[in-house]
Amino acid sequence: MMRRFQLLLLTLASISAFAAQPFRPDPLKSGLEFSGAEVRALYQDDFSSPAMLWTTRGEKLWNEPAGTSQKSCASCHQDARTRMKGVSAKYPKVDRGTAQLTNIEGRVNQCRTQNQQAEPLRYDSDELLALTAYVGLQSRGQAVNVTIDAQNRRNFERGRDMFFTRMGQMNLACTHCHDRNFGRKLLNDTVSQGHSNPYPAYRLEWQTMGSLHRRLRACFFGVRAEMPASGSQDLLDLELFLAWRAQGLKVETPGVRK
Amino acid sequence: MTVARILVPPTAKRGELVELRIAIQHPMETGFRMDNNGKVIPKNTVHTLLCRYNGSEVFRAEMGSGIAANPYLQFYIIAQDSGNIEFSWVDDRGEKGAASSPITVTA
Ligand code: HEC
Ligand code: HEC
Repeated sequence: MMRRFQLLLLTLASISAFAAQPFRPDPLKSGLEFSGAEVRALYQDDFSSPAMLWTTRGEKLWNEPAGTSQKSCASCHQDARTRMKGVSAKYPKVDRGTAQLTNIEGRVNQCRTQNQQAEPLRYDSDELLALTAYVGLQSRGQAVNVTIDAQNRRNFERGRDMFFTRMGQMNLACTHCHDRNFGRKLLNDTVSQGHSNPYPAYRLEWQTMGSLHRRLRACFFGVRAEMPASGSQDLLDLELFLAWRAQGLKVETPGVRK
Repeated sequence: MTVARILVPPTAKRGELVELRIAIQHPMETGFRMDNNGKVIPKNTVHTLLCRYNGSEVFRAEMGSGIAANPYLQFYIIAQDSGNIEFSWVDDRGEKGAASSPITVTA
């Protein structure tokens, strides 16, 4: 009897250990693998990739003085190609100063307001996309690498719960499309695993560059759910969960998507 | 700020076919879209793009609302003399852009 009870406890313990580790597709595949040949060709040739227009602009902005400080990003950070290497692969992360979960957009704007004494850049403005794409480019090819610890566990859990919770008039959760149905067709799209690794990315449908949050809002819209604002806590928490889920995939920024 | 990227090979042999490429960041507004308040967004496209090789025109494109945003063009010229390859363009608002790159031609 006692032994059987122990066995039961053991089984329960292993079930709960399993539950603590949320489901992840295996093997992980970038959305690029689900894209058509034309989109892949556009991405793989740096010159024809329209996303590179934004990194070119980002490089210019990096060296331009801004705000009342008249400092450029380069005044403090010098050469982005060395000093920003691998930085965005570790985002979103908890900022040391504010103790808040911050993504790369938020970090750049923090430097704008606090270090340059300049106006923050609007989410999805060409300038912010240019700077984040340029910073992101310095991590291209590196593995997405976030750590979940005591500081960001609450954010991670909120993001995870959002991913697995049904929402909207269609009553679907992220997991229904991106864990259970990747590789299948939805209208004229092939559903991917829904990873964050190419953002900011150029989307042919948008005819422009867009942030991860813009892409996520499109998914909320798709299931007829209320769309959280870009830069909101909801989307930041979801971004952290997505980064954990994409851990090991290579950063593709600036990506190209249909 | 107009941003463009051009690709001109730095060197070529006389008589050789040379590939030139240009990408321009531009919304290419068709004039058929409306903003969130239902107001028509005025048409604004890069209507003319020129390429000059040592001052003489070697390529011209006239574009309109049928061309996607951020136009990308690729075309060929025959290398003759060393000098400059200059691109220039103008949109419906009269905003102009230019970019150039030198080419060294050997015998
Ligand atoms: C006055 C100096 C200053 C200026 C100007 C400045 N920064 Fe920063 N930046 C900092 C400091 C200090 C940090 C914090 C470093 C830390 O916490 O490790 C930082 C951090 C960052 C980080 C995060 C680095 C990391 O490892 O997490 C990014 C990205 C960044 N800055 C981008 C920019 C951009 C883009 C600009 C221009 C728009 C800019 N910065 C302008 C001082 C500056
Ligand atoms: C009804 C199905 C559906 C649901 C539900 C859904 N998405 Fe998507 N999602 C798509 C489609 C279709 C695309 C575009 C094709 C692709 O990349 O998968 C997409 C794209 C994405 C991408 C971009 C992937 C890339 O490589 O560019 C991310 C990230 C993403 N979704 C995350 C989410 C998150 C987070 C949720 C839940 C809030 C969610 N999606 C809910 C269908 C869905």
